[in-house]
Amino acid sequence: MTAKLLAEFLDSEALRAALEPIRSTGHTALEAFTPYPVEGLADQLRQERSRLRVVMLAGGLATAAFAFGLQWYSAVIDYPINSGGRPLNSWQVFLLVPFEVGIFAAALAGVIGFLRSCRLPRLHDALFEIPGFERATQDRYFLLAASETDTAGLRKILARAGAVTVTELHAP
Amino acid sequence: MSEVLAAEHPAAHRWIASERADDLAMTQAVADPLFTGFGRRWWVALLITLPFVLWLFGAIGWLFYRGIGIWGINSTIVWGVAIANYVWWIGIGNAGTLISAMLLLTRQKWRASINRFAEAMTLFAVAIAGLMPIIHLGRPIYAYWLAPYPNTMALWPQWRSALVWDFWAIISYLLFSLLFWYVSLIPDLATMRDRTPHRAGQLLYGAFALGWRGSAREWSRLQTLHTTMAALGVPLVCSVHSIVGLDFAASLMPGWQESIFPPYFVVGAMYSGFAMVVVLAAAIRWGLSLQAIITHRHFDVMARILLMASIVMFYSYATEWFMGWYGGEHAEREAVRFEFTGTYAPLYWALLACNCLIPQLLWWPFARRSLFILLPVAIAINIGMWLERILIVWNTLSHGYMPSLWRNFHFTFWDWTFLIAPLGLFAFLFLIFMRLIPSVSMFDMRELAHEEAAA
Repeated sequence: MTAKLLAEFLDSEALRAALEPIRSTGHTALEAFTPYPVEGLADQLRQERSRLRVVMLAGGLATAAFAFGLQWYSAVIDYPINSGGRPLNSWQVFLLVPFEVGIFAAALAGVIGFLRSCRLPRLHDALFEIPGFERATQDRYFLLAASETDTAGLRKILARAGAVTVTELHAP
Repeated sequence: MSEVLAAEHPAAHRWIASERADDLAMTQAVADPLFTGFGRRWWVALLITLPFVLWLFGAIGWLFYRGIGIWGINSTIVWGVAIANYVWWIGIGNAGTLISAMLLLTRQKWRASINRFAEAMTLFAVAIAGLMPIIHLGRPIYAYWLAPYPNTMALWPQWRSALVWDFWAIISYLLFSLLFWYVSLIPDLATMRDRTPHRAGQLLYGAFALGWRGSAREWSRLQTLHTTMAALGVPLVCSVHSIVGLDFAASLMPGWQESIFPPYFVVGAMYSGFAMVVVLAAAIRWGLSLQAIITHRHFDVMARILLMASIVMFYSYATEWFMGWYGGEHAEREAVRFEFTGTYAPLYWALLACNCLIPQLLWWPFARRSLFILLPVAIAINIGMWLERILIVWNTLSHGYMPSLWRNFHFTFWDWTFLIAPLGLFAFLFLIFMRLIPSVSMFDMRELAHEEAAA
């Protein structure tokens, strides 16, 4: 049976130092929780890179293309009107609106993609039950690690790395 | 109030003035005043701004009832204070996101102290700016005709019109700025959720924090999103104020149809916006006792940017004069002459003093570091930029191609109303923001403190 342990550290260096012994003894480091973005931590936890930028590009381009198409259709097909001798398809100035809405749509796509990839919004999480976890957003650094067999061994490794407290998570 | 972080003189670190600023102290300094309340000072300030808010909404009601004839506009000077206000407010509104995004992309870590409230400034200023063209419409009830929607008249918006570009630029920019601001606010809302002693606070901050836990995955995704949005934001901001410039430049009027207008408007926006950030930074620093986080060095670098922008503005004005003369067109030369010697000449000289001359004080380091000098300079820049906006409108419209149409603008009570009352609304919204939302980005400050070895 897998057991999950949540270890609380006083600084990010201690947390990072714990990663190596956890892996070399066959346990898994699942996730870290820090009060500010610690550079490179996601890579050290071997999390996959996000494809957020691709999503943003696609969302932005699609919306911009739609906006251009709408202008073209309305100005050339549905409501052709000679305005000061300008060509019906005044594509140069038709680029302004697609640019503006395209950038907003890219941002919106990014936010939606971000929320989905982080499984937000989340009304509740098992970790919020753990006393002291509220300091993860203030001044403490938490590491969530899992052990298949040797929970006591993992607990010892975390304590040796400098964890102030180690709490076992119970299955809900 | 908050004596958690004591500012030292001279500053202990490059961007943090207190010797020690660990994660907890940084959090307490920014967040705790929001739980205890700001005391009488805040309430008094709110009560002072409240009449202005009522005044503005009452005036808008009167305007909708009577029509835009209550202003000093006439059939020659068809634009007035509302349009100048629109350009001025959106200029201020441009700066917050521009500053925040550009400083993020150029890795200027000191942005952490100012980006949150600069972005809030953007939101309020753009919202106020967006009101102005609508209230200037002769028939504001038809404002929604700007949007393309299936209608029984079988009509479409005129996509070649600068007003339609404005509509899309403002709405895209406002929503973008809201997202950009909110994304970087989520971790701090989670801190507030976890720190507040009040149940209502836990529920509200908790709902808006979306269940943020600060996991490595969340942080790395958030950073990817935020930097990408910043990279998109810079061209967006430049395009928004360029489009505002096109309202004028896409016309055929002397003094307006100049290709320099879009970039010159963008620089002007950054200039007035940075000046407004200096004013707000001084207010927040004093109001929340954040001397340790918003240091003299911050004011110093912002003052350098103001000085640089002032030089670029002067260069832009000089280019306008030169091109007016060099182009050889009679009406263009006449427009420049009218600027310097016509009806509004005193205002034009005041503009040049505020935007080009007074900021030259900032060459001296003591002036950049002394708020007693920097603050009046920043206010002068804001006044000068407003004068620039109104004079762009007045000079050209008062003195166009047809001498028989030359007329002057006369300020009415309602012009003063729409000049002054929106400032009260802005201050009101900003005070509410300060009371409810951490004015300084706490997680950015924690990161900065670790880098500066202050934690």
